[in-house]
Amino acid sequence: MVYARLILMRLFKAVIVLFLIVIFNFLLIQLAPGDPAAILAGEAGAADQEFLNQLRERFGLDQPMYVQLWRYVSGIAMLDFGYSYRLGVPVFDLIMDRLPATLLLTGTAFVLSLVLGIVAGSMAAARVKKPSGSLIMALALVFYATPLFWVALMSVVVFSVYLGWLPAYGLYTVGAGHTGFALVLDVATHLILPATTLALFFMAIYTRMTRTSMLDAAQQDFVKTARAKGLKPSVIQRRHILRNALLPIITLAGLQAGQMVGGAILTETVFAWPGIGRLMFEALQQRDYNLLLGIFFFSAALVIVFNILTDLVYRLADPRIKGAS
Amino acid sequence: MRTPLALAISAAALAFSSAALADDPKQGGTVNTIIQPEPPGLVLGMVQNAPTRTVAGNIYEGLLRYTTDLEPMPQLAESWDVSDDGRTYTFHLREDVTWHDGEPFTADDVVFSADVFHRELNPSARAVLQHVESIEATDDHTVVFTLTDPFGPFLISFEAGTFTMVPEHLYADTDFRNNEHNDHPIGTGPFKFANWERGTVIELVKNDDYYEDGLPYLDGVNWHIIPDGGSRAVAFENGTIDVLPSGTVENFDIPRLSAMDNVCMTEEGHEYFSPFAMLWMNNREGPTADKRFRQAVMYAMDREFAKDVLWNGLGNVPLSAFGSNARFQHDGLEPYDHNPERARELLAEMDYNGEEITILPLPYGETWTRWAEAVQQNLREVGINVSTQATDVGGWNQRLGDWDYDLAFTYLYQYGDPALGISRTYLSDNIAKGSPWNNVEGYENERVDELFNEAATAFPDEEREALYSEVQEILHEDVPVGWLMELGFPTLFRCDVQNLVTSGVGVNDGFKDAWLDR
Repeated sequence: MVYARLILMRLFKAVIVLFLIVIFNFLLIQLAPGDPAAILAGEAGAADQEFLNQLRERFGLDQPMYVQLWRYVSGIAMLDFGYSYRLGVPVFDLIMDRLPATLLLTGTAFVLSLVLGIVAGSMAAARVKKPSGSLIMALALVFYATPLFWVALMSVVVFSVYLGWLPAYGLYTVGAGHTGFALVLDVATHLILPATTLALFFMAIYTRMTRTSMLDAAQQDFVKTARAKGLKPSVIQRRHILRNALLPIITLAGLQAGQMVGGAILTETVFAWPGIGRLMFEALQQRDYNLLLGIFFFSAALVIVFNILTDLVYRLADPRIKGAS
Repeated sequence: MRTPLALAISAAALAFSSAALADDPKQGGTVNTIIQPEPPGLVLGMVQNAPTRTVAGNIYEGLLRYTTDLEPMPQLAESWDVSDDGRTYTFHLREDVTWHDGEPFTADDVVFSADVFHRELNPSARAVLQHVESIEATDDHTVVFTLTDPFGPFLISFEAGTFTMVPEHLYADTDFRNNEHNDHPIGTGPFKFANWERGTVIELVKNDDYYEDGLPYLDGVNWHIIPDGGSRAVAFENGTIDVLPSGTVENFDIPRLSAMDNVCMTEEGHEYFSPFAMLWMNNREGPTADKRFRQAVMYAMDREFAKDVLWNGLGNVPLSAFGSNARFQHDGLEPYDHNPERARELLAEMDYNGEEITILPLPYGETWTRWAEAVQQNLREVGINVSTQATDVGGWNQRLGDWDYDLAFTYLYQYGDPALGISRTYLSDNIAKGSPWNNVEGYENERVDELFNEAATAFPDEEREALYSEVQEILHEDVPVGWLMELGFPTLFRCDVQNLVTSGVGVNDGFKDAWLDR
């Protein structure tokens, strides 16, 4: 009951926030120089005024800005995201088409980084002041500090070009015609490099945070009590320290999960992964406003959803948090 | 000058001799290549940008094809006659051609494509069509174009990318841009559209009913879509990709890739477009409004250095406004060679006060950024106070469309004739805000306008030649824009891909004759 009211309240607020985001994004995008008609004409290498006017009229760009804004907002209210200027396909279809590939990539990276990060962090916390603990932290620092695109390019050079173990790009082997299990295996091999690349950075953060947070929790009185009760150290570590150290990790996981739609631009570009991030980047370069706004909308909605979920998970992890604070 | 008929004969002879020389081609196999960037659509005529031409040039065809010397070859038209006054062109179509959906290709399709479809949608075709008075189908396989004047470049305008033949039975009386067949283009070409996995691949398959015996040899062509230049180079390096069309990898990767085993390179196949790199110079205001300043820029630039270092020695430094692949080039002009001394003299003569100017590089990748840096250095050496400003494609378009620049890089296609690809940059009635593809520099010269307009419709070619020579002398003196380079765009491919480039538009229609020696 408390949960139902909480969720309803949050959803109501979410709608207002989304509405403001839509308007803000629309205005923000007007600040970018150039328009989609000029870019399409530019690619054609030749264009007369008639061609440009035709395009602008078709896109509705010949209308005053408030008319454009009204059309867009009223479209969104009916869940109509309009057409991509460049591709002439409904924005909703384009996003749905690309969403599975992105979720596969970011979802894998999410699970990978969370699990490995917490495990590595707990190990480092248990081995504080030992060489093995320091080694874990040193590695985490390296992954944290290395730029993503560099890791991506180097992993391609090493694993695809030099060793030839893994495919360099794409979602599947074009022209191989795999189906069923062979296709799953094919996609999985293609997934390894991009997912690992994307996971490394967050894994490093989780490791560091888990360790700090667990060392903090280990100083608490209830840990002393547990030890005095004669519980096994491994049980104390898992049930008492880790559980109490989870809150900051959940916060961070909520943030990362919110980035699952639009957070993989670099990785998707380098690995030619046909996902949303690439779609967004191309839409930006092409000034494909409708498409860009559509992706912004989905990203924003996802962030809001994960914020609500994070709040709920807090309450599961720590029953002391109650009500709609 | 030879008559068009003689050209047709020599073209046929050329086609015959190259066929006789080749080894026995092998049937089968699929070629993997790259398309960059991903095209917005595949219906040629509706979309004319470079990636669309490259893929769809294998699906659609024009009435004619062109050799690498830009002489016409038969394609959908098997022969053609030109009247003595140069105003009536009669095309005799092949009778055995069908569309990919099985319908016959007839003269009505030609009339519809030219008179309705392209007039409405296609700016490059419109420029030609304004010289056309009427288009008539006299029988099922004969089409007569009657011109308002003897427009010189008429016969060079029938390339597939410019004058695509589209099926009347699918497009007539429809809203062209929302036609349901746009997702599944139907042409007459050697390959049929099979599948487009957005962001991943476009697949074409062999047209088994193609009208030319035995063609095509390949079972299909896969166009991989890889957004990152480094990743494209890797895909070629590790053997996934057989053909790297020009412009798909950065220039600095080319020496490394072309040095690999079993990798061949050709510069052929761009004669029709012959991209001409230029430096827009704002003729309206600032120091660039002074002719002497513009001449000084020409003398200050070391164009041979840019060619050797940035373009791997490929391409060609032009004398002036007409490139080597456009016709009527005047070769008696004194070249603007690298002469910093002369540049300084000119600047002193005009009392250049050191006012700062800016360069906009073309936002098309690393090569162009480096080129702008090289030019900046050249200009600073002669005392010009210059800095570069980075933009993205949208910003670059906007700045040029608003004439908000001093110097800016660009390149333009020449389309095989000055009246199609060159005059547009200098004609004063082509000055209009809002587009980066017209007379952006703001050059106005009545005599130049007269000469270009007269030359476009002068007849025969000797007349045109005289007019174009005079115009080149004026432009050479006035330097409305900087002439940088006719770009050399190499295509890299595995050497066992045979017969890849067989026309002046290269890989845009080359897979028709290609075969795999594997």
